[in-house]
Amino acid sequence: MQTPALPPQGATVRARRWRQLRRAVALPLAALALSGCTLPSFGASPGVTSSSKSVYHLWQGFSLGAVVIGALVVALILYAVLRYRRKGDNIPAQSQYHLPLEVIYTVVPILIVFGLFAATLVVENKEVANPKTNVIVDVNAFQWGWKFTYPGTNALVYGQTTQDPVMVIPVNTNVHFNLTSSDVLHGFYVKAFNFSRYALPGVDNNFTIRAQSTGTYFGQCTQLCGLYHSLMWFRVKVVSQSDYAAWIATFNNPTAEAALKAANKTTAQQTSSIVPSKSSSTKFGR
Amino acid sequence: MTDVLNPPVHVASDDHGHDHDEHHGPTGILKWLTTTDHKVIGLSYTITAVVMLVIGGVFAEIIRAQLATPNGNLVSLAQYNELFTMHGSVMIYLFAGPFAFGALANFIVPIQIGAPDMAFPRLNALSYWLYLTGAITMLAGFFVSGGAANFGWVAYAPLSNSINTPGAGADLWIGGLLLTGFSAIFTGVNLSATIFYLRAPGMTMFRMPIFTWNMLVTSILILLAFPVLTAGLVMLYADRHFGTHIFSVAGGGVPVLWQHLFWFWGHPEVYILALPFFGMVTEIIAVFSRKPVFGYKGMIFATLSIAALSLGVWAHHMFTTGVVLLPFFSIMSLLIAVPTGIKIFNWIGTMWRGEVWFSTAMLMALGFLVTFLIGGLTGIYLASPPLDFFTHDTYFVVAHFHSVVMALVLAGMAGLYYWGPKMTGYLLNERIGKLQFWFLFIGSQVFTFPLYILGLEGMPRRMAVYPHDPQWKAMNELSTLGAIIIGVSTLLFVVNVIVSWKKYPAGDNPWDGHTLEWFTTSPPPHHNFYRLPQIRSERPTWDYNHPGHQALAHGKHDEPAQHEEAPVA
Repeated sequence: MQTPALPPQGATVRARRWRQLRRAVALPLAALALSGCTLPSFGASPGVTSSSKSVYHLWQGFSLGAVVIGALVVALILYAVLRYRRKGDNIPAQSQYHLPLEVIYTVVPILIVFGLFAATLVVENKEVANPKTNVIVDVNAFQWGWKFTYPGTNALVYGQTTQDPVMVIPVNTNVHFNLTSSDVLHGFYVKAFNFSRYALPGVDNNFTIRAQSTGTYFGQCTQLCGLYHSLMWFRVKVVSQSDYAAWIATFNNPTAEAALKAANKTTAQQTSSIVPSKSSSTKFGR
Repeated sequence: MTDVLNPPVHVASDDHGHDHDEHHGPTGILKWLTTTDHKVIGLSYTITAVVMLVIGGVFAEIIRAQLATPNGNLVSLAQYNELFTMHGSVMIYLFAGPFAFGALANFIVPIQIGAPDMAFPRLNALSYWLYLTGAITMLAGFFVSGGAANFGWVAYAPLSNSINTPGAGADLWIGGLLLTGFSAIFTGVNLSATIFYLRAPGMTMFRMPIFTWNMLVTSILILLAFPVLTAGLVMLYADRHFGTHIFSVAGGGVPVLWQHLFWFWGHPEVYILALPFFGMVTEIIAVFSRKPVFGYKGMIFATLSIAALSLGVWAHHMFTTGVVLLPFFSIMSLLIAVPTGIKIFNWIGTMWRGEVWFSTAMLMALGFLVTFLIGGLTGIYLASPPLDFFTHDTYFVVAHFHSVVMALVLAGMAGLYYWGPKMTGYLLNERIGKLQFWFLFIGSQVFTFPLYILGLEGMPRRMAVYPHDPQWKAMNELSTLGAIIIGVSTLLFVVNVIVSWKKYPAGDNPWDGHTLEWFTTSPPPHHNFYRLPQIRSERPTWDYNHPGHQALAHGKHDEPAQHEEAPVA
């Protein structure tokens, strides 16, 4: 019944226009990004991933605008209240409208807003793109800890609260994350990535991270998830690609795997006395 | 004299013991319990809301004391969760909203439009009693086993279900919120009906004071947003107790649906809270600059477009869920900056070439302007999804909305200093008021500024302890210091009320006001007016007191020739 799908004409035209628009926006943004190094940090830091640096430059751009506009408005307020402070019982001219002025301070903010939106789109499209990945990590959040598994391998890392489970990922590699939750909402947040994402029950959340320098970075749950929310920590260890391969290989050694499983089991039992599991907390119920 | 409504015969007869008032209702406590007078109800709301501000403030001080050290043990982890949940709930549901549309709007709006009372006085009384009952219900959670609600003021599913949050505290929270929600809906109905149908002759829509305009728009937003929250709460309660699975994955439900319902109410709610305070500040800046509101019509259209946009931005609270369309909600949210900017420039334009009188009310309004500017500018970042991924659920967000709400507290105080004399008949002490202003203004900045830095350093919100990052201690201490300074400002307000108690009679029009409430007595008689001036602009009282100084038309900026107060050589 249906003819084979030809791309509708409108869509290609729109796609071309979209490409042109992106090019038009990308150029000044690239200039901004290059000059970004000379701008102050405004309290943020570039982070260690490819997109965290784009986010940082976007932050700098927004901050520059905010500081300039904020300073201008504060200066206007100060000038108005100091210059026109009450000196007697005069009644000033009762002017109420100045149409050209009103048009200016409506149109200029609209232009600024579209500029900010264009810059946002460029960074956002880069950040939410899921480029081809070599490494996949399944992240499972639960009350109150994390489980990291690596599909296609035997690797598994598990830890509750302050046990700090360590996720190992290779440097300069696109790492694809599958984020899920076993119970309530959690927030996957690594400060050095300038990035966070909710772990939702019933939803697979995907994103790709490309870490660019080795090191160990602290992460924690940012979305309120109950009693031990403050202590739901983990770490991300970015290692060289060869170290990563070696780390994965340790899990293929059955004895090492058994030892690790045993270790995980004991730590889980140890912590269960400190951290009440979900089933035991329901005892306090109705 | 050009009275539209001629006074009854007994006007200005002081020898009647009833304050020109032919109303012979009950007095004393019975009056407060049985009244349907919008002024008495407004005062009940004012007192209750200020008590809620103090209760929420005490929670805040305990939270800040707990966070002053990385391993604070002032409260337990469980108590901490209850405290920040109830701090947010009390401040948002029980203070900010009811203070704006229950207290000040209830008292002022009917008078500003020359009406004798609200359109539905008994419904108005019902609103107040629902609000009080709801407030007590919600706070009663502290006295049940398991404690008060502890899932944050947003109650995200599935943390708020009966497995993760058993106990009656959560149910009392839902019940209290349903009651105050209905209170808000009824007030919305009442205010919009009053504004549409009870305006005095001559009071056309485009002659309404900006405060009344903002309250109309707020009421419409209430009617659009609150029923969604009510529906959501009923669903949540059904999930908790009747075995439904609307928000639980196990039964085929969708947890994120709660967030959609909550924020579909929650983001308009931000403007339900803010617009009344914008209105107060607009009136105050105009009166204390002795000028009409600059860009009056532009101001109204800005308010209308804020309200319209606010209904299409809810998912910017959900960017990091990964299940919403990012660019749409991003551009809608960014666009709200435009009408908000128009308002800020209009406020500056109102002061420009005026005669700015630094009364306490004006200082509070100026404090609002600067604090709100900071909160507004940092809000623009959060409309950009990549920057939201970066700062979401960190203290940057907490700092952003505390800049906004501290600005609203400043505006609310401005409203109390400005309209308090009309409500009670007595002025507050200006010297203590100015001291209070400086504590409140400086305290707000000292409180919020470190939180921005903490957010950028990666401190998540709702953390009872931060043993891993002791380097956050210094900024947390500074923020706690700011909270203490704000606490002192609240004490100064209480001191001021006690010191000034019935001491400084206000007279009818202490500030040379513009709008109709300054035409009647302080406090106004039972049905508000014995006579009304001609209403030919949005400033009838000013026009009556200063003939020949009406606002200049479009494009006119110079004084008319008949200006009587020529500069002295």
